[in-house]
Amino acid sequence: MSSFPYLSVLTVAPLVGALVVAFLPRSRPELAKWLTLAWSLGILALTVALWVAFEAGGERLQLRESYPWIPGWGANFTFAVDGIALVMLMLIAVLVPIVILAAWHEADVSGRSVPVYFALLLALESTMIGVFAAADVFLFYVFFEVMLVPMYFLIGSYGGGQRQYAAVKFFLYSLVGGLFMLAAVVGLWVAGGHTFDWAALTQIDMSTGTERWLFLGFFLAFAIKAPFFPFHTWLPDAGGSAPVGAGALLVGILDKVGTFGILRYCLPIFPDASRYFAPLALVLGVIGIIYAALLAVGQNDLKRLVSYTSIAHFGFIGVGIFAFTTQAGTGAVLYMVNHGLATGLLFLVVGMLVARRGSALISDFGGAGKYVPVLAGVLFFAGLASLAMPGTAPFVSEFLVLIGTFTVNKPIAIIATLGIVLAAAYVLWMVQRTMQGTPNPALAEVEGMRRDITLREKVVVAPLIAMIIVFGFYPKPITDVINPAVQATMQDVGATDPAPTAITEAAK
Amino acid sequence: MDELKAPSIDYAAVAPILILFGAACLGVLAEAFVPRRARHAVQLGLALLATVAGLVVVITQASTRVTTAGGAVAIDGPAVFLQGAILALALVSLLLMGERKLEAGGAFVPQAAITVGSDADVRQAAHAPGLTEVYPISLFAIAGMLLFVAANDLLTMFIALEVFSLPLYLLCALARRRRLLSQEAALKYFLLGSYASAFFLFGVALIYGFVGGVDFGSIHAAAAESGRDPLLLYAGLAMLSIGLLFKTAAVPFHVWTPDVYQGAPTPITAFMAACTKVAAFGALLRVLYVGFNGLSWDFTPILGVIAVLTMILGAVLAVTQTDIKRLLAYSSIANAGYLLVGVLASGESGLASTMFYLVAYGFTVLGAFAVVTLVRDADGEAGHLSRWAGLGRRSPLIAGLFTFILLAFAGIPLTSGFISKFAVFGAAIDGGQTWLVIAGVISSIVLAFPYLRVVVMMWLSDPSEATPTVSVPGVFTTAALTIGVAMTLLLGVAPSLLLDLTSGAAEFVQ
Repeated sequence: MSSFPYLSVLTVAPLVGALVVAFLPRSRPELAKWLTLAWSLGILALTVALWVAFEAGGERLQLRESYPWIPGWGANFTFAVDGIALVMLMLIAVLVPIVILAAWHEADVSGRSVPVYFALLLALESTMIGVFAAADVFLFYVFFEVMLVPMYFLIGSYGGGQRQYAAVKFFLYSLVGGLFMLAAVVGLWVAGGHTFDWAALTQIDMSTGTERWLFLGFFLAFAIKAPFFPFHTWLPDAGGSAPVGAGALLVGILDKVGTFGILRYCLPIFPDASRYFAPLALVLGVIGIIYAALLAVGQNDLKRLVSYTSIAHFGFIGVGIFAFTTQAGTGAVLYMVNHGLATGLLFLVVGMLVARRGSALISDFGGAGKYVPVLAGVLFFAGLASLAMPGTAPFVSEFLVLIGTFTVNKPIAIIATLGIVLAAAYVLWMVQRTMQGTPNPALAEVEGMRRDITLREKVVVAPLIAMIIVFGFYPKPITDVINPAVQATMQDVGATDPAPTAITEAAK
Repeated sequence: MDELKAPSIDYAAVAPILILFGAACLGVLAEAFVPRRARHAVQLGLALLATVAGLVVVITQASTRVTTAGGAVAIDGPAVFLQGAILALALVSLLLMGERKLEAGGAFVPQAAITVGSDADVRQAAHAPGLTEVYPISLFAIAGMLLFVAANDLLTMFIALEVFSLPLYLLCALARRRRLLSQEAALKYFLLGSYASAFFLFGVALIYGFVGGVDFGSIHAAAAESGRDPLLLYAGLAMLSIGLLFKTAAVPFHVWTPDVYQGAPTPITAFMAACTKVAAFGALLRVLYVGFNGLSWDFTPILGVIAVLTMILGAVLAVTQTDIKRLLAYSSIANAGYLLVGVLASGESGLASTMFYLVAYGFTVLGAFAVVTLVRDADGEAGHLSRWAGLGRRSPLIAGLFTFILLAFAGIPLTSGFISKFAVFGAAIDGGQTWLVIAGVISSIVLAFPYLRVVVMMWLSDPSEATPTVSVPGVFTTAALTIGVAMTLLLGVAPSLLLDLTSGAAEFVQ
């Protein structure tokens, strides 16, 4: 128990900032930007304090706060985090200032209000923090749904391409999942004797049929959000049309809500149903890895390509979760963090290129490395991180997922490994077609391409690159925090880690 | 033969009804004696005063649980709560009716009898001040609704039904703009409403034939009694339900809704969407929960099918609409379906959740129609959706408020729409009606689309020449809109107050 209400303050603070920024006059965009940046750095500081207050290896849910909300229904403002939620909160706090800096000039050309754009980013941060910090199913659902609103306006008002279509598609897909989850939440509330408290709900007994239906309600919402195959088709459109700031948060954080939800809600509350549906989830995960990677290879649009790589990576995370071993589970959670860093970086760098070229089409580039050599290097690095090159952070997580899965389910692990090969194909081919080879003569005409990476952009990419390298060699700070939570989750579903086969055989 | 004795009446308990009837009669007199110039202010003042007075008395009567007037009127928890809801919503509707700043002379025609399109009509449409009889007429309607939700026998209920329906038929015909449409709507409403009333009355006759009485107590006793073939009772209930479901706008008795909503003057549409819904569902609740609960809810499957059809059809047809008032009409049909889910949940939580939904929806829909009155061009309100494109750029505040209202309709959390949906779905699953919840979820998904389309229109499309301007609202419309949006937010963020009130009130007296 902590005396300072970290989690509620952390949830509310961005919202307060959003309100302040939203009411700044349109004529003061610079003030809005600096204020937003300062605010998000303050939130980062608060999150660091939260990290320090969290006791790794202590209780499962810590820093609990609870305030009554709707007593008649047993709904409370209950906040508490486990290690998984904690690392996600840290990821949010780190990514948001970076994204704000990366999106510095983005709204200037939209013809729409610049302060509102940054206010929406802060509002989105608030709802994302709320989703991970909630320990009350009702509260979680509220944040899960409200999260759609700022993202909808970010894509719809400030995006490019088919922004209206993409925004509506994003909203409707998420709402479909959300409403099925609503039915499941209501059902869970009834089955659990009118409580929404997470800890109490993990203890209830349900009939097999009820448990399976409720599991499906939650799983559908999370699978759409994640997105898992075959519920993924909104992401390429949303990612392709989203403005860079919103898009980076979308592929970096927002879709982790899906996998987080599975870990925090599906597995502990519906352990039997989780085991029952695990084969299905594994197969979907593997299909996602291969299918999305194949589509990524064929993409002609950089932002859509990054979106497809993201879907493939979520296949890995899904496999890691449903393999039901601590090793694979830890890998999956680690992957959630690393994917946020690596794909976030990739999306931001692509955004920088798109801003210069004025087009996201790969065919509009070609030999661009000649004009912007440093940026090309950063893109190459981000690509390598994305394909999980050893020495970068994603490698550790992908390795853990595959090794953890291999011990219990060899065919799945082997097919998933194919995804690595395909990842190399789409990343390297993308870098080759955009940066190397004969320079595209059209590029010389484009004003923006004469400018290599700016100081602001260096500040954007430097911390991400640093973290990807550091965690590639030394993931312990993260694994120490997430390991107990993953172990507890795996115990909930009754997964017993297989004894290391090599040793047992040697002992015989 | 017994001597005929006048029943004793608990005047305190029925005071709200009497106040409204009295004020309506005073209004008729005022129409004759107050000089024309002062009439609007006097009438509006009188109507608002009567409504506020009625509301105050209802609040002081909150704990009354009696049957009075020889058992014809039951003032119990649901009756008091619903009366309070009707009065509160009516107050906001009266504000909308009283607005005269948006349009010279208000939304109502000065003389309804003048031939449409004639010279006299053109002259009167331009500047003549509107009819002031609308206030006493509305007061009659409100008084009828108050009696409707408190009626403890079927004949009182029938009389109340007529008392509040006839004024509504009239009010529909009084639109200043598009008068033909308005008159057509009124005629349609009147004809179909008469059929519905006839069904209701026929149902009462059949039930009387079975029971030998028309009060809910006898019906309850007769229905519980086994050994008699209940065919007559079922037939009577079916007829009765047709009359009530017509008022609630449930499929297949909904066909009047879009035309009437579109044709009626917008403040009247708002009034109908909010208050009539409360009254109709209030009566339906009383009939099913008090009179026929002895049938152990045998009718649930049939009403359930109607609920499912209402939700799905309302949602699907809303998708195809291009006029904002028709869109809101179909949305109100779909919402009638969600309310039916609450009704069928049975038990105390079903009752409480339905009452919560009625209040929450009422305020939201009032806010929505308040916005509709504001978005106008030279010909009056700009109903066609394509005209709303880019409204977000032109008038961010109004578009923002309307977006919030639409999100409430779509059931996004932190709005009252979400809480009310949760309440009825929760009650339904609790009552074992999971299938209704599944249908509710599916229709909600479909229904989100038309709302979202309007949001897209307003914010994501660029304004064109045809984008109407938003009139600067007068103080009345501002008040109505503010109340609607504030209640939508308040009930979404802190619903406990009203939830406690509804569960405290969720008990009928027999």
